[in-house]
Amino acid sequence: MSITQQGPASETLVERLRRGLTNGRFAAIMLLLPPALILFSLFVIVPLGESGWYAFFDWNGYGEPVDMVGLQNFERLFGHSVFHQAVGNTVKIVVVSLVIQMPLALGLALLIYRKTPTNAAFRLIFFLPYILAEIAAGLIWSFIFDGNYGVSASVTQAMGTEPYFLLADRDWAFVAIMTVIVWKYFGFHMMIYIAALQGVPDDLLEAARIEGAKPLDIVKHVQIPLIKPAILVSAFFAIIGALQVFDVIIPLTNGGPSNSTHTIVTYLYTFGLTRLKIGFGSAVGVVLFLSAVLIAVFYQRIAFKKEPQS
Amino acid sequence: MNMKFPTAVLTAMLLSSTAMAQTEVSVLRVELADEVQKNYYADMAAAYEKANPDVKINLQYIANEAFKTKLPTLLQSDSRPDVFYSWSGLTLVEQAEAGFLRDISSLVSEETLSTIPEGMVEAYRVDGELVGMPLYAAEVVFWANTALTEKAGVDPASIKTWEDFLAAVKTVKAAGITPIVVGGQDKWPLHFYWSYLAIREGGSHTLLDATGGEGEGFMAEPFIKAGEKFQQLVELEPFQPGFMSTTFETATTLFSNDKGAFRLMGEWAYSAIQDQAKQGAPLNDENLAVFSFPVVEGGADKDGSVTLGGINGWAVSKDAPDEAVVYLEFMLEQENQRKAAELGIFIPITDGADEGIANPYFKKIAEDLSNSTYHQVFLDQYLGASVGATVNDISADLAAEVISPEQAAEQVQEAWDFR
Repeated sequence: MSITQQGPASETLVERLRRGLTNGRFAAIMLLLPPALILFSLFVIVPLGESGWYAFFDWNGYGEPVDMVGLQNFERLFGHSVFHQAVGNTVKIVVVSLVIQMPLALGLALLIYRKTPTNAAFRLIFFLPYILAEIAAGLIWSFIFDGNYGVSASVTQAMGTEPYFLLADRDWAFVAIMTVIVWKYFGFHMMIYIAALQGVPDDLLEAARIEGAKPLDIVKHVQIPLIKPAILVSAFFAIIGALQVFDVIIPLTNGGPSNSTHTIVTYLYTFGLTRLKIGFGSAVGVVLFLSAVLIAVFYQRIAFKKEPQS
Repeated sequence: MNMKFPTAVLTAMLLSSTAMAQTEVSVLRVELADEVQKNYYADMAAAYEKANPDVKINLQYIANEAFKTKLPTLLQSDSRPDVFYSWSGLTLVEQAEAGFLRDISSLVSEETLSTIPEGMVEAYRVDGELVGMPLYAAEVVFWANTALTEKAGVDPASIKTWEDFLAAVKTVKAAGITPIVVGGQDKWPLHFYWSYLAIREGGSHTLLDATGGEGEGFMAEPFIKAGEKFQQLVELEPFQPGFMSTTFETATTLFSNDKGAFRLMGEWAYSAIQDQAKQGAPLNDENLAVFSFPVVEGGADKDGSVTLGGINGWAVSKDAPDEAVVYLEFMLEQENQRKAAELGIFIPITDGADEGIANPYFKKIAEDLSNSTYHQVFLDQYLGASVGATVNDISADLAAEVISPEQAAEQVQEAWDFR
């Protein structure tokens, strides 16, 4: 869809502009761009700018922010042990996504990427958790983990042991949350891989087979290298997704016990919004935004840099 | 069917709507779980509309947490409610200071003011301006399942001091019964312990001193001692297993189903207990008892006459019509308050309305309140959203044994300085 490919290669910039003005493309841009631009500015750019401004105030959300405190919000943020924990938890989610979730998704994708009715059924089953609303998933799992009435209660009863409350345990609550996250999102990554695997030409696989390659070799030397762009994209989604985890945690633990299961976003919500420290919350938002942008930029640089142009 | 009837209705509607310009009073309340309470408010609005045909009461509900987070934005918009639910405390002060509330001092009649206790009205005064009206008082008390305490050989009525209570907890636990049920995930049910212990230690002026910058603020002795006393309880492992992942609602179900002997909670828990009993839960009026939070040895509040609870009511926003105030007064009329008492919805504050109280629990709480020398509003409301949430946090951390009483007090003081 790029504009440059449409005209002849020798076309100069001026010619292209003139042609754009006369063939109606300019009019189309003038007509179609403003609504999107206005909406985007109103709901993305302006709030972004505003929160950047509020971050320098001690403000409870009532009236206008007047109490300018400079960098105090950021100082408190970086000195707050709960924030350190939240960042640590977010990093844990990234690691688990990359080390457990993605290999799992890839493995399943390799098993069921071929188009058969059975595979379609499995694909649907594995993809179901992703369709489910996050809050619903959280509630379902909070029932599963509940030691009094839940599935885990039946298990402990069947084994005749004391009821166990995973979500009340400071050491294990976050492990439980990560399990839910892996369960919830592996299907999404699996779908990316399936789509990519279906795009690998069959003759390449056949050629490898004729050359005597074993199934594992084919996976390792043909399929994975060929779907590398898809893997890089899915890893990118996993990292950015980890920075945004929120709605799974609220129904499961609400950040507890003792604020040990916060992510950056639930931290922002709990310590910024519910406590009416809008200035402080904005500072968290700014930090989150900047880290997301930095990660995005560096990821693009590193992951896609050495790709030989095909 | 001919077309005459609909036309006639339409004409009548058009005529009626032009005949009188209606004033609309929008009322925003925190969501209620049970139908009895919702019907009470709806019926009251309908009765008022009937008596005042030119006023329309528009009742709206928002869930608790959403209500708190949405309110600042809502108040700054044009769609702000005329009257909204309030727990008084610092949040009300902040709203008034930001200029969102209306001074209704001159609108409330002397008659209304004379029928409710001055202390209750005072909670809705900011810098001498009346910005809302109370509706009811709440008190936090211990609820006991006497079927279980009897089994363990403990008499709830004999628990007067903290030592008594600790001993009772030990006895109950030794009998193989969970002593206390609490919804630890929500944190605020745990903050009652720390708050009550602090005011039992320091007496009526504890919080006034701390927030007024007297002495060491929240690092003062009553707060440290409250943490220590709370720790004594926590060390006995009195709560149900997994209490830190139990919500308030789940705790209600557990308590109703004989899963624990005691519960520290306000009178609002009662309608849920009734509800559960109707569904066949074993806990009912036969085996339910209440007793006041015990006194502590050497504490300033020797007779337990300082009470912890709420002075809940309504704030009036800045552009509210005068009719909004008239409606608030209507809600405080003896008959309406008595009806709430009869239905077991809340403890009325209007003089004479407590005669309607049928159940012994509300009667006892109403007595407590009328004998109260000082009624401390819940700390998580009184101290405002931020410091209040910190009090909830440290209470949960103390219960989870991850911080010391000193660290707890320090964190509250820090939050107070940064508020």
